[in-house]
Amino acid sequence: MKETFYEYAQRRGYSRKDFLKFCTAITAIMGLEASFTPKVVKALETKERVPVIYKHFQECTGCSMSFIKMHNPIVADLLFDMISLDYHDTIMAASGRQAIEAAEKTKEEYKGKYILACEGSIPMADGGIHSVVDGKTHIDIFREYEKDCAAIISYGSCAAWGGVQAAAPNPTKATPIYKLTNKPVINVPGCPPIPDVMAGVITHILTFDSLPELDIRRRPKVFYRHRIHDNCQRRAYFDSGLFVEEFDDIGSKLGWCLYKVGCKGPVTYNSCSVMKWNDSTCWPVEAGNPCMGCSEDNFWDFGPIFTTLAQIPGTNIIYNPDKVGAAVVGAATAGVAVHAAATVAVEKMKKKDKEAPVAVDQNKGVSK
Amino acid sequence: MAERIVIDPITRIEGHLRIEIDVNDQGIISEALSSGTMIRGLEKIMVGRDPRDAWAYLQRVCGVCTTVHSIASLRAVEDALDIRIPKNANLIRDIITYSQHVADHVVHFYHLHALDWVDVVSALSADPQEAARIAQSLSNYPKNSPGYFSDVQKRLKTFVESGQLGIFANAYWGHPAYKLPPEVNLLAVAHYLDALEWQKEIVKIHAILGGKNPHPHFVVGGVACAIDLNSDTALNTQRFNQIQKLISQAKDIVEQMYIPDLMAIASFYKDWTYGGGLKNYLSFGDFATPGNDVRDMDTYLFPSGAILNGDLSTVHDVDVRDYDQIQEFVDYTWLKYSDGAKGKHPWFGETTFDYTGPAPGYKELDETKPYTWNKAPRWRGHSMEVGPLARVLVAYAKGVPDVKNIVDWAAGELDIPLSALMSTLGRTAARGLETKLFVDRLQETFDALIANIKSGDTVTFDNSKWDPKTWHRTDSVVRGVGWNEAPRGGLLHYIVIEKGKIKSYQAVVPSTWNASPRDTDGVRGAYEEALVGTPMADPHQPLEVIRTIHSFDPCMACAVHLVDKNKKEITQINVIR
Repeated sequence: MKETFYEYAQRRGYSRKDFLKFCTAITAIMGLEASFTPKVVKALETKERVPVIYKHFQECTGCSMSFIKMHNPIVADLLFDMISLDYHDTIMAASGRQAIEAAEKTKEEYKGKYILACEGSIPMADGGIHSVVDGKTHIDIFREYEKDCAAIISYGSCAAWGGVQAAAPNPTKATPIYKLTNKPVINVPGCPPIPDVMAGVITHILTFDSLPELDIRRRPKVFYRHRIHDNCQRRAYFDSGLFVEEFDDIGSKLGWCLYKVGCKGPVTYNSCSVMKWNDSTCWPVEAGNPCMGCSEDNFWDFGPIFTTLAQIPGTNIIYNPDKVGAAVVGAATAGVAVHAAATVAVEKMKKKDKEAPVAVDQNKGVSK
Repeated sequence: MAERIVIDPITRIEGHLRIEIDVNDQGIISEALSSGTMIRGLEKIMVGRDPRDAWAYLQRVCGVCTTVHSIASLRAVEDALDIRIPKNANLIRDIITYSQHVADHVVHFYHLHALDWVDVVSALSADPQEAARIAQSLSNYPKNSPGYFSDVQKRLKTFVESGQLGIFANAYWGHPAYKLPPEVNLLAVAHYLDALEWQKEIVKIHAILGGKNPHPHFVVGGVACAIDLNSDTALNTQRFNQIQKLISQAKDIVEQMYIPDLMAIASFYKDWTYGGGLKNYLSFGDFATPGNDVRDMDTYLFPSGAILNGDLSTVHDVDVRDYDQIQEFVDYTWLKYSDGAKGKHPWFGETTFDYTGPAPGYKELDETKPYTWNKAPRWRGHSMEVGPLARVLVAYAKGVPDVKNIVDWAAGELDIPLSALMSTLGRTAARGLETKLFVDRLQETFDALIANIKSGDTVTFDNSKWDPKTWHRTDSVVRGVGWNEAPRGGLLHYIVIEKGKIKSYQAVVPSTWNASPRDTDGVRGAYEEALVGTPMADPHQPLEVIRTIHSFDPCMACAVHLVDKNKKEITQINVIR
């Protein structure tokens, strides 16, 4: 642990130029101004590698698969090593006792210094018997490792909000991490999250010895400040009232707005429309699919995926999907019944927001 | 007196799996128990929801094989509602499926399985010149130069010397069961890193066609991405060029790296003939000729069928709708059937939590009592193995030329009889061989898509059954089954729709078959049977166990996703077709 990140990069054969390029990129990913680059450079030149224990709870491993698909090459290469990934079920070589010993060693040697990354929710029903590793319940394992960690990253919507298993009726009482601890928790929601967001969060901790600034729902503001809708490439069509009415229609070919086929972009805080997915190749809305709102709390119970939201929160205006904007093209496919169902779904959401322990600040992000 | 060894967690898999073995005085595994220790209850969550959404929830059964549950779910809903999707939609879904298989198998080989055969630390003493000579004799992979291997070795050396081995810490390096010369170990480590870089490229195909990976988007009735050669936002020639480049790259990786490495590594382990297990193989069949539908079963590259006791001369017919053929048992599962039934067909499936295991903090489980969340599916009462080996053997036995050719080629190269494939090594080899067929199919399917567009067809979605009001009589009960051959084996989704909502949903997944516990008759599942009889060099470093288990590529979140809502049996189903 004497080696700095820069020394490590050198050892791996990266030039000073590569290193500076990486620092510039990571500064940008963190949403900082260019003037911060020297600080990032300095930090990475002098800081030690941070040990990370990455624990899988109730999950599908989609977040881990996303995690290994980080795209900036130096990020992909170094993420495993700028941190010391001392435990990770999906990719570590050791199994069984030897695997657990590796995690325990780090826990002892780096008391108070390691990051605990959590993927998945924790089942709390019936004493936690719905998920057990090495004979221990997930809640007991979590307690063991959260006690001495520096901070917790709740990676993905399951760890952050409970995820698909927490959808009604939540048979195992799947519980998000932040409800189970007093440690600092960074929620990085998404089903899964965009991998470079994770890189940005880790680098921030490493660079500034502090957590990135979080919103009221513990999400890093830099990545979750805006709604999908605010930066959507189809936004101009929303404003003009040009909508895809059904898949494969003319609007769908011309890239019109997906709001009427169920897009949850107007209520979803994430960076997909800015950073896109898989090396900025594409993202769901670009590929013709309405946003499902997968980074929002309890999005699985928003109501049917392909049903139009009846109201855009934060506007106090009830939008009739057929009357949004200047021009309406084509006939509405969403009938009265569907519209009514959507209204109920949105009312439920609003109610839920009021009840939530940490209130949503969605309204603040809306400038329209 | 046998000694009980517990391996929990089994790492480098999806999900949470516990294996317990008894090792006798001769150092041979005399008993084995496979326990899925996590359950989420997704099927219960599906009840009452819109069938058009099912793919999205069920997709989250697994983020590794991220597309396969979606496809099975779409097929189940489209079967229930009698929807035929457009030709382009079939082609696009197949491109997604083939690229999923190729990505998944390569990642499995290098990142989840290779370290069972490759000693990373031994690569430090390799001669890079010799490694390059060996690599060049195997393939034309352009990176295989002495400088490349020397660089990898230098990186590895400084990594090991740093004392922080990260994901490589505390493994079984130096274990006597490792047989590769240092140069081949170095070759494999280098390609481990290359495959890690590549696996994030191939999935861009999913991003283009489904918006992202993991968990791309889908839609009942076709696909949501429109085709318009004159649009800057739909699938156009720029997007097709991107896909073509990714396909070519995948073809190079499979042909120049994966297959040569597989054959090279296998040639050193030909004597390791353990892990055959049940020798009962089951395939539901899949991969219709490009553009055809899943219902065009006579065009499958991998046909359906069942083989019993390793007898390739007889392939039994399989019908997933037949109540007597597919049944799930819960005698050794922490679930119960309220009516006391022994086995249930998934359309009548029921899964109610009934944890009777030891209190948490336990050291051992007991195979004479319920010991897992995993059900025990059976085909006509037989415990079966599913997966690449099952697919390949069924296709081989049925004489499918492409499959027969590549299997005969591999057996010839390795100088082994066909029967030797019924083993841990054979499972790993079959996965590689079918990957070669899949990457070829990926190109053919893409070519067929371009040809179809050229013929003037750009339709990607059938809207006629989108509105629930069009679904038969709205008060009716309809049911459907969707199957596919997922990377890990045959996958079945069963849906019952009532008044436009999901009434019941059951998935019978590959790892449920393979990780199965004992059934009513006490017959072991595939993992368990495959472990029994294996000699262990050092039971406390259970490399042999993870070798065999990894050869199945376990996916435990898949295997133990279940829970039905309906405690009462579905007694009346009116199929309106």
